[in-house]
Amino acid sequence: MNLLDGLWGVLDLLLVAVLLLLAMAAVLSSDRRRSMMLFIVFGLVLALVWARLHAPDIALAEAAIGAGLGGALLMATLRRDTHQQTDQFPQHPVVLWGVGVLVMVLGTAIAWGLFSVLPTVEQTWRKGAAVDAQLAFSGVSHPVTAVLLNFRAWDTLLELAVLLAAIFGIRALGYVRSAYVTEVAFSQLAVWLVPLLILMAGYVLWAGAHSPGGAFQAGALLAGAGILLRLAGYSHAGLPTTRWLVRLGLVAGTGVFLLVGLGLLGWGQGFLHYPIAYAKWWILLIEMLATVSIGMTLTLAFMGGIPQKEAA
Amino acid sequence: MILDALSVLLLLLGLFFFVSGLLGLWRFPDTFARLHALTKADNLGLGLVMTGLLFQVPDVLWAIKFILVWLLALVASAVNAHLIAVFLHRQQEGHDESA
Repeated sequence: MNLLDGLWGVLDLLLVAVLLLLAMAAVLSSDRRRSMMLFIVFGLVLALVWARLHAPDIALAEAAIGAGLGGALLMATLRRDTHQQTDQFPQHPVVLWGVGVLVMVLGTAIAWGLFSVLPTVEQTWRKGAAVDAQLAFSGVSHPVTAVLLNFRAWDTLLELAVLLAAIFGIRALGYVRSAYVTEVAFSQLAVWLVPLLILMAGYVLWAGAHSPGGAFQAGALLAGAGILLRLAGYSHAGLPTTRWLVRLGLVAGTGVFLLVGLGLLGWGQGFLHYPIAYAKWWILLIEMLATVSIGMTLTLAFMGGIPQKEAA
Repeated sequence: MILDALSVLLLLLGLFFFVSGLLGLWRFPDTFARLHALTKADNLGLGLVMTGLLFQVPDVLWAIKFILVWLLALVASAVNAHLIAVFLHRQQEGHDESA
């Protein structure tokens, strides 16, 4: 082991220690604002950890969705919360301790479960070999995208469906109530940052075919643009003002994914088994629509309801 | 070899600014001074780190991306600092009037 490896080892240990400390501090803090800030920092450090684990895709997603959008959502929630800032735990100490012990037992059980799987995984420790062998038939050249959109397309379809279900719930909350007081600095920022964000979303989406990136990361960038527009005083946050267009956009990702799957089933290919020659185009179509849906969903989630003047 | 030395020099210089910014954030008495320390040192530190890394890029596209990262960080930190400062300023003024 040379000096550089040792240095990386120390750095990794530091990262893990900071991650654990941040997680504990975020959970244990009684000040909501503080725990929220700590959670955002936790997300950023977690992104660094993913990057160190050579998983840039997850690092990107964690930084953009976990820390960025998650933080924005928490902040929006905190803003609407008119109660006092500090949490007084109303629960009985017995309940608190009971929950603590239960969580620890569950955590141990999960750790034990993972640990017992480890030896069997060891023979095929890196599933990457299997993925690489099939990569040529997937329609894309980036293994992560191949897994997400082709080999394990089911999982991604369900993830999109979860987002769709979440936005149904959020829209059921009714109209967006409060508007933001706009700072001039924000509108100036929005003027040139929003086009750049849209461009970057397109790039990240396209790059997903051969390098880290993809629909979720691109969608998060679009949502970032939406949130910026909202903060800059645009009541619709750049979303369409006609109701059916919004609905169409929200459903597009899951809907087309499902339709393509069913269509291929009817064609005799099997559910979401793309014909090899056209796999790339099916994946691109689904990813593009998924990006739009994810971006719109996350923007609406930040707004916390249906925009006020959404025409019928 | 000269490029590598230049990179190391610029990275160390950038590191120095990051550390100073950190010290300022840690030790300065009020939020305005802390904001000042954070943004100034951060922007310069990141700029120097990015310039140092520019000597290591394989092609122009990488360089453009590095510069873009720096510019975005610049704008973001400037706007952030401005918003925090304005919020704080208003809060203090309101406090003074009521007192």
